[in-house]
Amino acid sequence: MSQIYDVIIVGGGPAGLSAAHSAYENGAKSILVIERDRELGGILQQCIHNGFGLHHFKEELTGPGYANRCIDMIKDVPEIETMVDTMVLDVAKDKTITAVSPSKGLFKVQGKTVILTMGCRERTRGAIRIPGARPAGVFTAGAAQRMVNMEGYLPGKKIVILGSGDIGLIMARRMSLEGCKVQAVLEICPFSNGLTRNIVQCLHDYDIPLHLSHTIVDVKGKERLTGVTIAKVDDKMQPIAGTEFDIECDTLLLSVGLIPENELSNGIDLAMAPLTNGPVVDQRRQTSLPGFYAAGNVVHVHDLVDFVSDEAEIAGKFAALEAQGKLADETREVKISAIDGIRTCVPQKLSMPKAGEAAKLFMRVGNPEQKVKLVVKSGDNVLASKMMMVAKPSEMITVEIPADKVELMGSEITVGLER
Amino acid sequence: MNFFKETDVVVIGGGVTGAAILRELSKYDLKCLLVEKEPDLSLGTTKANSAILHAGFDAPTGSKKALTNVRGNAMYHEIQEDLDLDIKWCGSMVAATTDEEAETLKELLARGTENGVPGLKILSKEEVLKEEPNLTSVIAALWAPTAGVCWPFGAAIAFAECALQNGAEIVRDCAVTGFVKEDGKIVGVQTDKGAISAKYVINAAGVYADEIAKLAGDDSFTIKPRKGEYILFDKTACTDLVYGIIFPTPTKTSKGILVCTTTHGNTFIGPNAKDVTSKEDTSITSEGMNEIVNSARKLIPNLPMGQAITGFAGLRAVSSTGDFIIGASEVEGLYNAAGIQSPGLTAAPAIAEDIVNEIVAKAGFAKKTNFNGKLPKTAKFTHMTESEKEAKIKENDLYGRVICRCETITEGEIVAAIKAPCGARTVDGVKRRTRAGMGRCQAGFCGPRVTQIIARELGIDVTEVLKEEQGSEMFFHKLGAEGDK
Repeated sequence: MSQIYDVIIVGGGPAGLSAAHSAYENGAKSILVIERDRELGGILQQCIHNGFGLHHFKEELTGPGYANRCIDMIKDVPEIETMVDTMVLDVAKDKTITAVSPSKGLFKVQGKTVILTMGCRERTRGAIRIPGARPAGVFTAGAAQRMVNMEGYLPGKKIVILGSGDIGLIMARRMSLEGCKVQAVLEICPFSNGLTRNIVQCLHDYDIPLHLSHTIVDVKGKERLTGVTIAKVDDKMQPIAGTEFDIECDTLLLSVGLIPENELSNGIDLAMAPLTNGPVVDQRRQTSLPGFYAAGNVVHVHDLVDFVSDEAEIAGKFAALEAQGKLADETREVKISAIDGIRTCVPQKLSMPKAGEAAKLFMRVGNPEQKVKLVVKSGDNVLASKMMMVAKPSEMITVEIPADKVELMGSEITVGLER
Repeated sequence: MNFFKETDVVVIGGGVTGAAILRELSKYDLKCLLVEKEPDLSLGTTKANSAILHAGFDAPTGSKKALTNVRGNAMYHEIQEDLDLDIKWCGSMVAATTDEEAETLKELLARGTENGVPGLKILSKEEVLKEEPNLTSVIAALWAPTAGVCWPFGAAIAFAECALQNGAEIVRDCAVTGFVKEDGKIVGVQTDKGAISAKYVINAAGVYADEIAKLAGDDSFTIKPRKGEYILFDKTACTDLVYGIIFPTPTKTSKGILVCTTTHGNTFIGPNAKDVTSKEDTSITSEGMNEIVNSARKLIPNLPMGQAITGFAGLRAVSSTGDFIIGASEVEGLYNAAGIQSPGLTAAPAIAEDIVNEIVAKAGFAKKTNFNGKLPKTAKFTHMTESEKEAKIKENDLYGRVICRCETITEGEIVAAIKAPCGARTVDGVKRRTRAGMGRCQAGFCGPRVTQIIARELGIDVTEVLKEEQGSEMFFHKLGAEGDK
């Protein structure tokens, strides 16, 4: 065991980098960021399109541009050490971390606090049980994106994309720009799961048809994909017989959801939230195990990297304060329940010190809504509210409960929509 | 006739049966060669099956299936260590949920005992629940302690590599198109790479064994493909499922849909059984998946479907005779190992012994004195202790780079799999040898990296790397880029 760090951060994507910078700004003296890929920045490095940073940096950046901003903020800070090409094999409850890299071999480091920022992975074909043959040419959209944008190869030339999440939409445009023919984007829901700006900029601008309420019922081809059969689905998302038609393609890209990567979190038995598939956290982004924090897509999948950074800065701050012994021990737990149209809310609980503490909530609605009022309440006391013209499941809603509302809080608060 | 290879014995087909036969042949003083039409071994039935080493109570007493099953099971116990095989000897249960099914267990017990299966025993409900707490609807079970699960492609590759280290030869991407005969007797096989001389030819061509036999003039049997579909669950789901092999009580037509652990701690459900017309139809169907889910729910009511990571299907080679076809054909020089459906994986080493003994008895080949049945152990990073890991990375730093993060497979292991005597040449070939890409992200992260490692190690372009068969290229050059085809 070589060194004890104030804060060890597992994952060097935007969440890890933002957390590292925030931990430094809040007084941590030794911070280690461990990244498994060959460079820092995480998946942003393959997202070469623009549209990042409008909230956080107040300017429009590409993915690598955003990543480099985060990297620039930490690279000359002597208190922050980074390791790339290094895989964390194990995180122990005593905050010992076992990692491996070609240059360092197998080694262990110890943290006073640990921030989990492992991000998420893509849902696969098997998880959604797409029937049919299993030829080459079926990729998750992110795997294809890495190959096109970072390695310089195409996954194919005639493309169908399943899922209208943002990665699917972005890849529809990207493949078109590479001279490929994008035959269609399919979405099983009656609405798109991507940002509105991406529907316009990635599909409409390139005349790519979006088939809502459609899914794939057959995959064809033995060696390489030759086509898919698609069908309309009913309101229970079951294919409607007689509505099938074929689309010729050599490539199927899947953009069918993201799953937080919590294998390390499960190894230390963190309490998990079923709907977000991430650890239960409080407003400080502290998990159920003292000294362990989590932020970014490992907690819940975000729509914008800007919010990832916001959330990671919170985690970095409180991890740093705890490492320095500056956190008041006495807190009162307040449970947060998502009700009436709100599907998920992070944090799921508050750990309130007597003096109060501002708490930023990140929420998603279950279904598209119009002209609704988001209300955060404890009993009859309104803690925060926000009018919204539209609310979509694909776009996160944020609201802050001010620190001075602590007196109005009982043991439980609710977040819901009033229509 | 120009022969590009001269041999004593040619084996057609590189499934587990053909590979086991090649290993058995390599114990003798003779020249043997295996031809496989695909870029890798084990791409037929061996690729997609239940991976079970059956105890041997299913098949009718006295049948070839029963005899080779019980013997094959015992042989795997003996060769496991030498061939470094991944086998989990977890035992199997046939689970009864009704009184009628419990009666059937007694019949199975009697048949199994007659077949020579050791250690069979009927368990009470309480005894079942002690081992398998999720089998809440089960009232009794037949316990077979000698059953296990294995890594079927690993077994085929291990048989092949053992044969190679004893002088056998394997030619891949080589399809048999006909036979060369003199005076009605086989003297060689014709392939798409040229003719190969052979005094004896062993037909282990899986679902195509009838077509190969026919090319030689033997139309005494036919093989029909019968599809079985499977769903595989993530390792984290296993605590909700089972720890061993659970068969439902069989009916007249089927062993039923089972719930089963794998060698690496995943769980699968399946297979169903559907006769299909195409010998290439390994597609999965919605109906099929619904069928196996509904059947498996009879044993495990709360299947964690959200943790399913993939579905796949395999074809059983069902012979018109109802039993394995092992031995000399009516065509002189041809020997069949055909119709090898379940329990073929278990029976493979016994089938190999029988068929090779028959040829040796006729040809009088002498046994080698220097046969080496021991394969070098494969270094598996996840199985190593911390000090072993440290030492391995010092020796070769590629063992310090994790490529497949779901299964923790290092670049060192992937390179070793490519450089092995019967090395991987394809992305799925790497997967079958190392597990890279078999985890919950199903190669989402490691697929592109594995492709690049294969290209580097084989000295080919990324666009030439195959997923599996010829024609299954993964990536293309950008349009207008150099080398665009």
